[in-house]
Amino acid sequence: MEEIEVYTPISERVIRRLRVGDQVYLSGVIITARDAAHKRIIRYIQEARDLPFSLEGSALYHCGPIVRRLNGEWRVLAAGPTTSMRMEPFEAELVKMGVKVIIGKGGMGDKTKDSLRRYGSVYCAFTGGAAALAAKHVESVVDVKWLDLGMPEAVWILRVKRFGPLIVSMDSHGRSLYEEVRSEAMRNLEEILKHLNGRSES
Amino acid sequence: MEKIFKLDEDKIIPLSWREEDLNLEDLIEKLTINLLRLAVTKLPPDVKEALKDAYERERNPTGRIQLKAILENIRLAEEEGLPICQDTGLISFYLRAGSRFSCLEKIEKTLRRAVAKATAQIPLRPNAVDPLTQKNSGDNTGRFVPYIHWSIMPGDFLEITALPKGGGSENMCALRILRPSDGIAGLKRFVLERVVNAGGMPCPPVIIGVGLGGGADIAMDLAKKALLRSLDEPHPNRVISRLEDELLDAVNRTGIGPMGLGGDITALAVRVEYANRHPASYPVAVAFQCWAARRASARIYADGRVECLSHGDVDLLED
Repeated sequence: MEEIEVYTPISERVIRRLRVGDQVYLSGVIITARDAAHKRIIRYIQEARDLPFSLEGSALYHCGPIVRRLNGEWRVLAAGPTTSMRMEPFEAELVKMGVKVIIGKGGMGDKTKDSLRRYGSVYCAFTGGAAALAAKHVESVVDVKWLDLGMPEAVWILRVKRFGPLIVSMDSHGRSLYEEVRSEAMRNLEEILKHLNGRSES
Repeated sequence: MEKIFKLDEDKIIPLSWREEDLNLEDLIEKLTINLLRLAVTKLPPDVKEALKDAYERERNPTGRIQLKAILENIRLAEEEGLPICQDTGLISFYLRAGSRFSCLEKIEKTLRRAVAKATAQIPLRPNAVDPLTQKNSGDNTGRFVPYIHWSIMPGDFLEITALPKGGGSENMCALRILRPSDGIAGLKRFVLERVVNAGGMPCPPVIIGVGLGGGADIAMDLAKKALLRSLDEPHPNRVISRLEDELLDAVNRTGIGPMGLGGDITALAVRVEYANRHPASYPVAVAFQCWAARRASARIYADGRVECLSHGDVDLLED
């Protein structure tokens, strides 16, 4: 399968070319945020306060890494994705703020899907659990914000090189690979059960 | 092994053990720390083989990319002594204790201490959060955490199985009390519906534990215990082992695939355990385990000898 290179900051033009199923490798800067960071970002937006990092053209990673401070420098030891669906209530707001690539696992819901189409962003899957592989592609920790939220919940700003493989699984044209796979499975369910029960009775 | 962690000096707790004064508690502590390290950095051989086999069999290109990344990740973690997954889980232990093993009353305390030290040394991600205050204890211990399951049997040994289980798969676990008239067909429907509903969220290819019978608590306990059985060990009851094979085949027909992105391999195995039930109820529990099915087991004898049960010949007492 073709490998597509994407660099941050990311433009809408690049995003609109990506389609569900594409394989992407991302280089530049990614920002981690999970449950608590999302909640705080939303609070900042509501209170019209400036965020201590920019979301414009950014890649946002649903990840709570294991990071160690060694000789005064942060080092990412493990950084696989977390389940994205937990961020569903908040994500559309962040897409509106300029997030161009969301990276996570398991996919997201309709609200996010609509925002991806509207603002020209994509959702990419990074292989769940592949934390050592992810850490290998993190070159350095640029900065960390909101460390008061704890190590996994803090916002880690990471310089990455060829971070991937990422699979475009929700694109800016309204398609969601998760939805397609799941509704296909739903359609087949009765047939599978009929086959399964038939076998036991025979 | 991983010297890089040892540089963080304020987190290091010195371990010392001299052969002349055998102290079982210290030995168990050291063994448990090494067992947790083994569990989070190296998958058991049966799981590794199953994943390699899955990569051979998967035909969907996206599914293949996922499995290739998984195999690459396992290799990297093992080589560099890094956690396979950043979610090093909520930790529980399954103990099989010989009735003649000494210091049984001190083991829970020893395991808690080992978990706290392992969190700093390995390191593990702190994952024990107080549900009322939302405060993370920082060392993976807390009220009922690590949770310890006991079974007592004749003998002079203690078997410890560490099961650090990730949150993504745990969130998909489900229990339903079916009508007795629903029977096995109801169980099959419930399992399949949970798999499709979970999609990519529990990090497939998964291992599915199914607990049938008992009460609500027993069904889920059995579903979890079913996850401990090695993937190359069929259930001794042939009706159950056939049900496991049939369910696995059916789950892999759903097309959910690795990471829910589509493909042939949604599960590596289905494991079923059962208990007798109340005439009025037919409880079925489904426990999901992600592909990073981390578990490690060892046996320690009263004389201090230690055997690794899950990963072949590994020295679990090294500093």
